[in-house]
Amino acid sequence: MPAVSLSGGAPAGDGGGAAPLILQTEGLTVRFGGLTALNGVTMAVRRGEIRAVIGPNGAGKSTFFNCLTGVIRPTGGRIVFDGDDITGLPPDRISRKALARSYQITNILPGATVLENVRIAAQSRRHGWAMLRHHRAYTDVMERSHAVLASVGLADKAAELAANLSHGEQRNLEIGIALATEPKLLCLDEPTAGMSVTETHATVELVRRIAADLTIMIVEHDMEVVMGLARTITVLHYGEVLAEGTPAEIQANPRVQEVYLKT
Amino acid sequence: MGFEPILVQTVNGLVNGMILALVASGLTLIFGIMDVVNFAHGDLVMLGGFVGASTMAVTGNFWVALLVAALVIAVFGAALQVSTLRPLLGRDPLTTILATFGVSLVLQKYALWQWGPSARNLQEPITGRFDLFYLQYPWYRVATAVLAGAIIGALWLFLKRGTFGIWIRATTQDRIMASAMGIPVPWVHTTVFAIGAAMAAASGVLFGPLGGVTQTMGSDFTLRAFIVVVVGGMGNLGGSILAAIFISLLEAYASLFVSPAQAVIVSFVALILTLLFRPTGLFVPTPK
Amino acid sequence: MLTLSDVHAYYGKSHILHGVSLEVGPGEVVGLLGRNGVGKSTTLKSVMGLARPERGRVTFDGRDITGLQPHHLARLGIAWVPEDRRIFRLLTVLENLRTGLDRSGVDDARRTRLLDKVYAAFPVLRERRNQAGGTLSGGEQQMLAIARAMMLEPKIILLDEPTEGLMPRMVSQIRDIIGMLHQEGVAILLVEQNVPLTLAVSGRVYIMEKGVVRHHAPAADLRANPAVIHQYLGV
Repeated sequence: MPAVSLSGGAPAGDGGGAAPLILQTEGLTVRFGGLTALNGVTMAVRRGEIRAVIGPNGAGKSTFFNCLTGVIRPTGGRIVFDGDDITGLPPDRISRKALARSYQITNILPGATVLENVRIAAQSRRHGWAMLRHHRAYTDVMERSHAVLASVGLADKAAELAANLSHGEQRNLEIGIALATEPKLLCLDEPTAGMSVTETHATVELVRRIAADLTIMIVEHDMEVVMGLARTITVLHYGEVLAEGTPAEIQANPRVQEVYLKT
Repeated sequence: MGFEPILVQTVNGLVNGMILALVASGLTLIFGIMDVVNFAHGDLVMLGGFVGASTMAVTGNFWVALLVAALVIAVFGAALQVSTLRPLLGRDPLTTILATFGVSLVLQKYALWQWGPSARNLQEPITGRFDLFYLQYPWYRVATAVLAGAIIGALWLFLKRGTFGIWIRATTQDRIMASAMGIPVPWVHTTVFAIGAAMAAASGVLFGPLGGVTQTMGSDFTLRAFIVVVVGGMGNLGGSILAAIFISLLEAYASLFVSPAQAVIVSFVALILTLLFRPTGLFVPTPK
Repeated sequence: MLTLSDVHAYYGKSHILHGVSLEVGPGEVVGLLGRNGVGKSTTLKSVMGLARPERGRVTFDGRDITGLQPHHLARLGIAWVPEDRRIFRLLTVLENLRTGLDRSGVDDARRTRLLDKVYAAFPVLRERRNQAGGTLSGGEQQMLAIARAMMLEPKIILLDEPTEGLMPRMVSQIRDIIGMLHQEGVAILLVEQNVPLTLAVSGRVYIMEKGVVRHHAPAADLRANPAVIHQYLGV
């Protein structure tokens, strides 16, 4: 039996329903040749939420994230982020609109230090094209980088080469890099994949800490993580929204159990 | 210009194409199965030529020389693969390129040391000419093309039938699953390399009476073979045979207008066009 | 017969298995359940020498086989049917079968018998024996992958999610095939997400979570007590 429950403490985010919408998808559809990966997914995420997207294998979770972040062009439907229609925009423009994503395959720069990894991301947000001043002159960027490292628990490893971090620390650095771009919405793609129980707990704490200032969407398989972190859960199945609700509602939903256990 | 020179060049192109196809098939087979870009392949041609020349000096028989050269270089190729390439399996492509490039340098210097700086000539086993339009065309040239074709045909049959052919094709498609089925993949790799080396050696001996054997002829063959393999589709056996003939015909026609040394340029043009427009190979069906 | 002891395995730097221990006895059908990403496939791959076991041991018939190359394992009697089937797409159905059939020590008579047995179990493969593997449907490819493993006359088959993406009709066919193999005394280590199937065919079941085995029970117990399944696999 797992020793420590992860559902302690109320997740950050507004409890009432009055928070404005930050993300809306309407009838989002993706077809690859004969295969329909997403079929009319309509979803609304409020500012400050922590929203988990779950579903069995092949449900379309990664495809959904890929649409949000511009990696894939949807075949149909719309995505509205913070009032802007971002459907079909390329990834760099979406990133500039303050929607950030961490990946399953780590994207860190192994040859740079931990601080540099984060600083480069932070700098791109604020002074991307400036080439003349030394980077240390941008105090705002340095402050932000150190703050990010503190929130992902890597402050004491700032001067360490990213390649020398443990796997769990690298995944957290990945989150830090996404965080450094000052996103309004942060999409985490299986952040605890391949982690031990201890590392998982640390990452859950990390997400709780950073959730205070932004909206988070998370794709996960680990149900403890999902139930402990998420305020609302969307269940995808064969590219469609099967159910949506609070963790308690989802757990009580017989259709969801059926789909997971194939009963 | 009359019709006849074009026809003559067509024959020349086909003959040269078949020898080039023999070299290129070995190269593409090796690349297809183990992702090795063998920069020493042309030097195996050269070594084969020299071994053939030495054997012929002793026995006086061209066909014995051909057989001996193929066998000796096959064994040598196997030893080479086991010692230098097998340990590098799975590493990035640059590593194997550097390794085979290094081997190429060693082989060239070895040939210089072993056989001295002068070229060797091999006597053609079939003398006599026939009337091809206005020319006295050597029978040997035609025999070369036929023989090269026969060897390639034998290879094709070998691949299509027989257990070992299945092993080679399975390993080429999915090395890990082939291994999981009990196929001894490291041994298959070595054997395929040996086969490729033997084919290269045979080309060297066949080419001997046509152009002589020199220590530096290797790079020329390697370069041409690479162009053929890229244009034909890397790992695609049928494609490299067609590409070899295609490129040789292009060069043959070009030498009607410019010197043969300049005619090589058309091969490079074909290479560049392929990489620009159909990088998977001219003779490969469009990937879906 | 097959034992994993405290196996730790990695994919590059990613520490996937954090000490897996399990065993399969001769002729047993053992199920391995767990959510996505817990390391079920990696467990099978660590037996096959495809996911580097850093710590721990794998033994088969008393012999240490940790980290041996796959072709040695096939010779020892371990067959692998991977999650994505990995049919040799450019080989015909028959040639696919021959990758396992053409072994030393198998005379022509035995080869014919093996082929006939497999064609009897999977008639569609006989029909399509000269067709390229890549032209078969998903279900047919799954049949071929299992048939190909049977060609090795293995003592144990590592079956990785054989029913994934298959229609219910094919799922029950797979169930029958597992039954047939069990009758012949072939052991099976079955990785699956399909809980009812696994509970129906297995004698014992291991449940994995986060790279370790968390629960181990006879299938009968789990059938009687579904709460355990809900806890580890449900929502």
